[in-house]
Amino acid sequence: MIAEIGLAALWLAAGLCALQFIAGVLGVREAGADGAVHPVSALARPAAVVQGLLLLVAFACLLRVFAVTDLSVALVADNSHVDKPFIYRLSAAWGNHEGSMLLWVTILGLSGGLVALFERRMDDRFMKAVLAAQAFIALGFLAFLLFSSNPFARLNPPADFGAGLNPLLQDIGLAFHPPTLYLGYVGLSVAFSFVVAGLVTRQAGPELARVMRPWVLAAWVALTLGIAAGSYWAYYELGWGGWWFWDPVENASLMPWLAATALLHSVSVLAARDALRTWTIMLGVVAFSMSMVGTFLVRSGILTSVHAFAVDPERGAFILGLLAIYVGGGFGLFALRAGALAEGKRFALVSREGALVFNNVMLSGILAVVLLGTLYPLAAEALGTRVSIGPPYYNPVSAIFAVPMLLVLLVGPLLRWKRDSLSRIAVPLAIVGALLAASVTVLVLFTDAGVLPVLGLAIAVALALASWLPLRGRKLKRVPLALWGSMLAHFGVAVSLAGMASETAFSIERLVAVEAGESVAVGPYQVTLQEVDPVAGPNWTALEGRLAITGGGVDTVLRPQARYFTDPPQSTSESALLTRWDGQFYAILGDAAGEGRWQLRLWWKPFVTLIWYGALLIALGGLLSIFGHLRASARSRRIREEVARRRAEKALL
Amino acid sequence: MNTQKTGLAPKHQRLILVVVALLVLVAAGMLAAWGLRSQADYFYLPEDIAKNPPEPGRAIRLGGMVQQGSIRTLSDGVTIAFRVTGREGNAIPVTYRGIVPDLFVEGSGVIANGRLGTNGTFEAETLLAKHDENYTPRELEGLSDQAMHEVLEESAAGTP
Repeated sequence: MIAEIGLAALWLAAGLCALQFIAGVLGVREAGADGAVHPVSALARPAAVVQGLLLLVAFACLLRVFAVTDLSVALVADNSHVDKPFIYRLSAAWGNHEGSMLLWVTILGLSGGLVALFERRMDDRFMKAVLAAQAFIALGFLAFLLFSSNPFARLNPPADFGAGLNPLLQDIGLAFHPPTLYLGYVGLSVAFSFVVAGLVTRQAGPELARVMRPWVLAAWVALTLGIAAGSYWAYYELGWGGWWFWDPVENASLMPWLAATALLHSVSVLAARDALRTWTIMLGVVAFSMSMVGTFLVRSGILTSVHAFAVDPERGAFILGLLAIYVGGGFGLFALRAGALAEGKRFALVSREGALVFNNVMLSGILAVVLLGTLYPLAAEALGTRVSIGPPYYNPVSAIFAVPMLLVLLVGPLLRWKRDSLSRIAVPLAIVGALLAASVTVLVLFTDAGVLPVLGLAIAVALALASWLPLRGRKLKRVPLALWGSMLAHFGVAVSLAGMASETAFSIERLVAVEAGESVAVGPYQVTLQEVDPVAGPNWTALEGRLAITGGGVDTVLRPQARYFTDPPQSTSESALLTRWDGQFYAILGDAAGEGRWQLRLWWKPFVTLIWYGALLIALGGLLSIFGHLRASARSRRIREEVARRRAEKALL
Repeated sequence: MNTQKTGLAPKHQRLILVVVALLVLVAAGMLAAWGLRSQADYFYLPEDIAKNPPEPGRAIRLGGMVQQGSIRTLSDGVTIAFRVTGREGNAIPVTYRGIVPDLFVEGSGVIANGRLGTNGTFEAETLLAKHDENYTPRELEGLSDQAMHEVLEESAAGTP
């Protein structure tokens, strides 16, 4: 019954979505002609709100059938199991293709509802265009769900136990990773809808930027958190000790992030200075295209990975079709209308805008490098050669663009809008430059780190200081919240960069086969294998190694495991981590190596945790900016209303 | 490009921006093309290596089946040696220093990233094993179960 309610809610939502689209289109057309608004167009906002609620109902139904493990629902039978712990039964609801697409659409519907309810800053015709664009996107994905990925399909007869969930996905990281990424993808789709409305109604000024900005920032914060969570998950769950593999699926989330980063910076130029109009509009289209490409890469099954839950050519073709319609439509509209947009304001090369343009162009360069690297193996395979692209390509080629961008980031925030001169900021420039040079010198003289880690660490040190320099000459109490946000985010970049460079340059790895009682030295620690015991969990059994870690002010025991799951049968390595303020100790238990020995793989990774702390700071900075901008916008609206009221009073007198 | 002094119209500034962006994107594309050509790891089956060996030291990917009875652990306890077979029964000796992935067993599919040594032994840096029925390394899809079994039977027959 619950499954039928869910399916009915989905169909109703699809119907309302169609209504919202028609109402939106009518609203744009009629109001343009003679100012008279078609009566149906008034339904656009309510349709969006109710549609969001219906999708929430559908998703709640899906959670319900997973919570009670209703094995007459095919999706539950395929992806869950009666013996699974409750929290993983719930997260299994979106740990599969159909469920994750429903989550995508639900978040999309809720965002549409939020826009319809609360966004009152733009005129009615603009909002109708936004809602029509939102409905057009949602309609495609609802069709995909209903026609080729129905999550509520029944199984007759019901299954006895359920097939279970890939144990790699049986993890608290999974409960968090997909929803945040989808929030990011969907946030960019809302920004895209605003851009489409801007093109249709020929409004591409600072107002457009101001209504877009919270969504772009929210999407960017969510993508940042989603990428960081995915990276940490891969780091401890895969047991390979790495935190980024340039896997196509990772790139699928990185590319929208790069585009969103460029977009949010150009949006702030548009909002503050009314410059970069066409560029911002184009980035809005690009950012959404990247989230569509990401969805396509991950959801179509074109890549074989833990994310490609089921390989089904029909679904791949369907998503490719949606991709072609939305991306093609977006760029087509851009090509038709971009020429008609009014010109923005000009600026000098040495100015805040100039630095931000540089940032944008370099980010686009990195995006192009990652996109080509991700698509090349697919293209090569279509032509009959099989290749794979890894760090030897991505690291140096993306660094060619990343390093100049980071260097400009050191000084960009210090520059004034419109035009400035480097001599005005000579003092901070000299301080940051000296710090950079000193760091490079120290690192080259006293360590044997490679070129990129040296540059990374030196830039991180300089940026950790430079990110706070915009405070110079300001009264601390009067610094706007949004500026705190941007400084914190830039500081987060420095922190994260320091972690990446330090892990790359200074990690110590030991691979040994030891008997019980034997010791090895790893970095500052002495590691002794005490014994290896069998242990059992709710749906797995494991061999557990007991490692005594001493030295460096530590005296503790780590327990890495080799786990064997029963449904489905699979085994995983559970790493054991010891987190210290200055890094992480990482242990993996391998196989028996003969003569009573066990394989151990041990790492000491100095400051590796900074990577994810930095990401959290970046996200926190983004949140501060959202609140800062929303508060400022609410305040200026209050002031405008107050002024209007006083004028009205004066007129009456 | 100081627009205040030269009185550059916004339209011209936009043009310059577009040109600069295009130049950078073209540069990115060219760098990418160069990097992709020089850094791509080509995929080899054992018979490809036998017919047309890659130059020693170049990073490649080797895929195939782990030959029955070929896995042994060397005396240091952390280096393993095994043979990988493809469709035609050529067996490439592989060494790997590290902890083998879960489900790395004889008769199962494997993908090894690494380099061919001058002595004809493939030195693997990473190993990817077939995880379960639903997760076969993409490159091994061409090897149907039928072909795998034939290869395995042949190679099993060849070993005393």
